Amino acid sequence: MDTYDSAGLTPRQRASSGLKDYFVGVTPLQKRLESVRRQNSFFPTPSRRKILQCSQLQEDVDPHKVAFLLHKQWTIYSLTPLYKFSYTNLKEYSRLLSAFIAAEKQKGLAVEVGEDFNIKVIFSTLLGVKGTQRDPEAFLIQILSKSQSSHEHREDKVLWTGWFCCVSGDSLLETVSEDFTCLPLFLANGAESNTALIGTWFQKTFDCYFSPLAISAFNLSWMAAMWTACKMDGYLATTEFFWSVPCSPQSLDISYAIHPEDAKALWDSVHKTPGEVTQEEVDLFMDCLCSHFHRHFKIHLSATRLVRVSTSVASAHTDGKIKILCHKYLVGVLAYLTELAIFQIE
Amino acid sequence: MSTQRATKNSQVRTRISQGSNSFQTSLSSWEVKQKSSGSKLNSSMEDSKHPDDQPEDDLQRAVKYFEKGPMKTLRSKDKILEKHLKTVENVAWKNGLTPEAIDILLNVALSGKFGNAVNMRMLKYMIPATLISEDSVVKAVSWLCVGKCSGNTKVLFYRWLVAMFDFIDHKKQIGLLYGFFFASLQDDALCPYVCHLLYLLTKKENVKPFRVRKLLDLQTKIGMQPHLQALLSLYKFFAPTLISVSLPARRKIYFKKSENPWASALHAVRLRNQGPFPEPLKLALGPVNVRFLRRKCNSHSIIPVVNSGSYAKEGGEKKMNLSDCLGGSSSLPLEQLQSFPQLLQNIHCLELPSQMGSVLNNSILLHYVNCVRDESILLRFYYWLSQTLQEEYIWYKMKNCEEGKEFINFLDTVIRAECFLQEGFYSCEAFLYKSLPLWDGFSCRSQFLQLVAWIPFSSFSEVKPLLFDHLAPLFFTSTIYFKCSVLQSLKEMLQNWLLQLSVDTYMQPMTSSPLETTLGGSMNSVSNLIDYVGWMSTIAMRLESNSTFLLHFILDFYEKVCDIYVNYNLPLVVLLPPVIFHSALLSLDASILNQLCYIMHRYHNNLAAAKKKELLQKAKSEFNFSSKTCKEFNHYLTVMVGCLWTSKPFEKGDYFDPQVLEKTGMAEYKHSLNLVHHPSLLSYAASFLLQESPEERTISMSSIRGKKWNCYLDYLFSEGFQGLKLFRTSSIRCSSVSQS
Repeated sequence: MDTYDSAGLTPRQRASSGLKDYFVGVTPLQKRLESVRRQNSFFPTPSRRKILQCSQLQEDVDPHKVAFLLHKQWTIYSLTPLYKFSYTNLKEYSRLLSAFIAAEKQKGLAVEVGEDFNIKVIFSTLLGVKGTQRDPEAFLIQILSKSQSSHEHREDKVLWTGWFCCVSGDSLLETVSEDFTCLPLFLANGAESNTALIGTWFQKTFDCYFSPLAISAFNLSWMAAMWTACKMDGYLATTEFFWSVPCSPQSLDISYAIHPEDAKALWDSVHKTPGEVTQEEVDLFMDCLCSHFHRHFKIHLSATRLVRVSTSVASAHTDGKIKILCHKYLVGVLAYLTELAIFQIE
Repeated sequence: MSTQRATKNSQVRTRISQGSNSFQTSLSSWEVKQKSSGSKLNSSMEDSKHPDDQPEDDLQRAVKYFEKGPMKTLRSKDKILEKHLKTVENVAWKNGLTPEAIDILLNVALSGKFGNAVNMRMLKYMIPATLISEDSVVKAVSWLCVGKCSGNTKVLFYRWLVAMFDFIDHKKQIGLLYGFFFASLQDDALCPYVCHLLYLLTKKENVKPFRVRKLLDLQTKIGMQPHLQALLSLYKFFAPTLISVSLPARRKIYFKKSENPWASALHAVRLRNQGPFPEPLKLALGPVNVRFLRRKCNSHSIIPVVNSGSYAKEGGEKKMNLSDCLGGSSSLPLEQLQSFPQLLQNIHCLELPSQMGSVLNNSILLHYVNCVRDESILLRFYYWLSQTLQEEYIWYKMKNCEEGKEFINFLDTVIRAECFLQEGFYSCEAFLYKSLPLWDGFSCRSQFLQLVAWIPFSSFSEVKPLLFDHLAPLFFTSTIYFKCSVLQSLKEMLQNWLLQLSVDTYMQPMTSSPLETTLGGSMNSVSNLIDYVGWMSTIAMRLESNSTFLLHFILDFYEKVCDIYVNYNLPLVVLLPPVIFHSALLSLDASILNQLCYIMHRYHNNLAAAKKKELLQKAKSEFNFSSKTCKEFNHYLTVMVGCLWTSKPFEKGDYFDPQVLEKTGMAEYKHSLNLVHHPSLLSYAASFLLQESPEERTISMSSIRGKKWNCYLDYLFSEGFQGLKLFRTSSIRCSSVSQS
């Protein structure tokens, strides 16, 4: 029976060559479903993770471009795999997307087809922003407004920026075939209407789906612990937490700022497993912070909701806003965000 | 009317008050002036004596002047005309003109009352304050027919119309003039502008073969002009079959950026309108819904529109596209696919939709997607559906009534597609697993339960923690109606599983159930499912104190269970649990008893068939019906026959101690459960006796015996007890056995 089984399957296998790595009879979809089942039957996220290693960026990375990604507030989205996306066509995509944006902006106004729009779209790759060799290249989209008046200083103004990346997204990569490009994390900076436009174009062109990626309080605690654990050698920003108390008419926000060295000292005292961060340690770290607060202010922070965390490495808001501050840990932060994005789309 | 005027007035007031306060006093007199203007009209000379008069007043006067027409006798005609033109011009460029003013002036400009130059000048300042009423445009167009205006004016009018197109409040009537505009294509001077206008107006229903012919004729006459090309490509977009000429695939510049005299004014109007301006009419080409990032625009459906020819193809495989064009063997666009035979004819050259989610609304495409074995199609659909379900559900839970309905409609569409394909979607399964733990058992209940029914076959041990562990608490704590709905959907789920398995076993080897590689394993899962539902029903019966209503649903489930071997050709017989059996047997409801008889009859047939096959293929018996099942069935059978026929209830087995029954004082307890005395049948027995002998004052139940017993049975069968009849034929060999 078994041999009969595999013989019956060969035509289908040949049809999509991307399947050759998989076990006989296990299609990507079924694999996917299994992973969904796994996720839901057990604890949703791994209970231990590696401490971020410094600078995992590869050599070919463009420092100018990386600097461009830092110190900006990005709104993050999860993105399902792009169908028939090709890195060789970036120029063509630039052209098509700018035409699309022009058409959309023009809509509802008196139509003058062929009008020269003062908008330029540039696609470019972000070499080296990846965790493993298998990760596809990240890429960046910029929308520039062409300045008309001054010919001397042709400094184009950046209207909107967005980038797509996948850092250590193995769990996703192994479930899709070659036709797809997996860049599950999308970060945007600029007017939401533009994000919506570009999103629409991508959804229509590559049959993908964007969803806003919110960060739960649970994941924010993880971020706080992981980022505190990072070794910093340069400038240190205050470690700060925001808790929100849902009360009417206005919600009350509690800001809790600690000197980064104190936070690090606290972390070192709860941290046991070398090279790793565990769930217990994260819980303990947050508990310590909360009980300290309670000692002084008699407020149980555990009864409120953690909405924002900011450290020297990065800051994150529960609404899915992120700002990465430290060049060294860029890839590490992105890896965690990629993990969250993959969790959302699985 | 008066309220309308009042609001208009106030609009004017606010607009003016931004400029200068000194105008305010005169504004209140607008209405008065307008009323009295009839008598005052010929005093235009008088008016000019008051140079301090306010612009609104002047405008009013100017409009009246134009409406009335030039005074031929006056020598100072040109001066006055010039003055009024200036007045209107100033107001128009500064604030725009009201719909009423435009209505009047447009009429004047096209009626040819004044000279050509004046007409042109008037058209140039026809700038709306907010909107232009459709009626004005229709009236203006009607002037074009009487030949009062020059060619130049006509050209300018068309250009004006194109430029102002989006500020016209409605376009329905203008749409009706399509034929008229189309006829104007004849005019060489007008042609480019009329083309542009038609480009904006054309709807699918406007595209007719005769128009296509006309356009093609025109093209051969005047050559490949960009404006004609634009219109043709739009026609081709709507009706690709009608136009065989190849047009450049990519959109290029069709309409020259002509010197637009209204450009700056339009910008101002746009700014002015930005608040309350209603959503402008969409361009005919490519309706785009910006509904990623929570909808700012509502009213778009969740499911994308079927659209072939993705940009990706256009960009990525440019060369192939070109050769396609040259070879003429282009693939069939999906928009055109309308019937199943058409699908079969073109199945080799079908362009897949750019967004796979769009197949959900299209049954023909569902057929296609279901039969192609392309993983990437399924993955695209999977991702789209999963994410959409997930996100829409979040929005649904945020409780916006409209959106709530939208989500429910969406779920209904998904369920319809599943029913159509007779197959569950993986995305729905994943969605259920994610959302059931948080489900309140109330929102979208019917949809959720239907989705449950379509969960594809999988190992029960895997499904249980994901599905049943969340469903069971809801089941036990909810109302009887919820329990019944759950049982109903579990029945459907069982049926879907059985169908899937029977197809799989029929089409060896089993490819689609990799989780259970052997038939035995699959059967184990099914039997576990049945056992689980049996357990749930047993507890539910106790919780609902043996409700007849609930029992109906439970027996419905077992009606499926008892027939697995014969109906689905699957080697499985699972009996119903004792609690259910006895509740049904002792029920006060005759239809329950009938249903039980039917189920026992089917069990009998299934077991007999299984046994026969087992005897035939002794060597290759992959599945042994446990003798326990047979024994148990025989026991049930004995109990039933003992109760209903032989009046020897519960003799075998250790359910009751006979002495306990005797202690109850019921003298003839043995008879009290037979077909005559059974509580649910008592009324039938009584009416049977009354029918036999209507005059009888007292009826004796025990008189039903011997021949009368058989008559009574026939009576029962005629009353619809078909289950009982079948039970008798299969289980009671000698019908007279009962009579002791």
